[in-house]
Amino acid sequence: MLTVKLFAKARDLVGSPIIQIPWSDGDTVGRLKLALSERHPSLLPLVPRLLVAVNNDYAPDSLKVRTSDEVACFPPVSGG
Amino acid sequence: MILLTQDAIDYHALTESVRSPNSGAVVLFLGTVREMTGGRRTVALDYEGYPEMAQAKLAELETAARERWPIDRVGIVHRLGHLELGEISVAVAVSCPHRQQAFEAGKFLIDELKVSVPIWKKENWDDGSTEWVHPSGELPPPV
Repeated sequence: MLTVKLFAKARDLVGSPIIQIPWSDGDTVGRLKLALSERHPSLLPLVPRLLVAVNNDYAPDSLKVRTSDEVACFPPVSGG
Repeated sequence: MILLTQDAIDYHALTESVRSPNSGAVVLFLGTVREMTGGRRTVALDYEGYPEMAQAKLAELETAARERWPIDRVGIVHRLGHLELGEISVAVAVSCPHRQQAFEAGKFLIDELKVSVPIWKKENWDDGSTEWVHPSGELPPPV
C-alpha cells in the first residue's frame, strides 16, 4: 500500500488526512491520480489541478513511485 | 532564517536579524489579512501548511535568490493557523549592499513563495461560510 498525505481541500473532500492506495513499486504519479479518482470520487472536481509531491518535491505524472516514498496530494497553493 | 509558526510574527526582530554592516539596504515585505476580496468581506483566514515540504521549498527559494542577487541575509516567516483581519501572515526580510538588489530579491522571494510553497488559506466570509483558496494554476515551475 502507498501512504498518501492529503492537505487543504483535498483532505476535506476525502475526510481524512492520510489514505492508503493499493500499490506496486514502479507505478507512476499518473497512475496515482487515476487511483485517487476511482477510490475517492469526491476528489474528482479537484483532480485536474491536483498536485502530487514525492519526497518533498513536485512530481510529474511520469515519475515512478515506491511505497517507501513520502507522497502527498494537494490543490494549487495559496500561501502568502 | 526560515520559519513556520503558529505565533504572531515579530517583524521587528526579523528585520533586525538581517541587518549588518555589509548591507546598505534592507527590504521588509509583510503580507496581512485583507478585509475585502472581489466585493466579499473576510472576517478571518485559516492557514494550513505541509511543514516539511514548505521548509524545503523555502530553502530552495533562498538558494535561488542568492544565485541571482548578492544577498547578505534573508529571513522568511510564514504564520499558520487562525488569523484575524489585519494580522501578519507572512514576512520576508532581505539585506543587500544596494537597494535595487534588495527590492528585486524581496519581490522574487514573496512572488515565488506564493507559487511554489505548499501553504493554503481558507477564507472565513462574513456570511459564516468558509472557502479554500485555490488559484487556477499548473505545476509550479522549477526555480
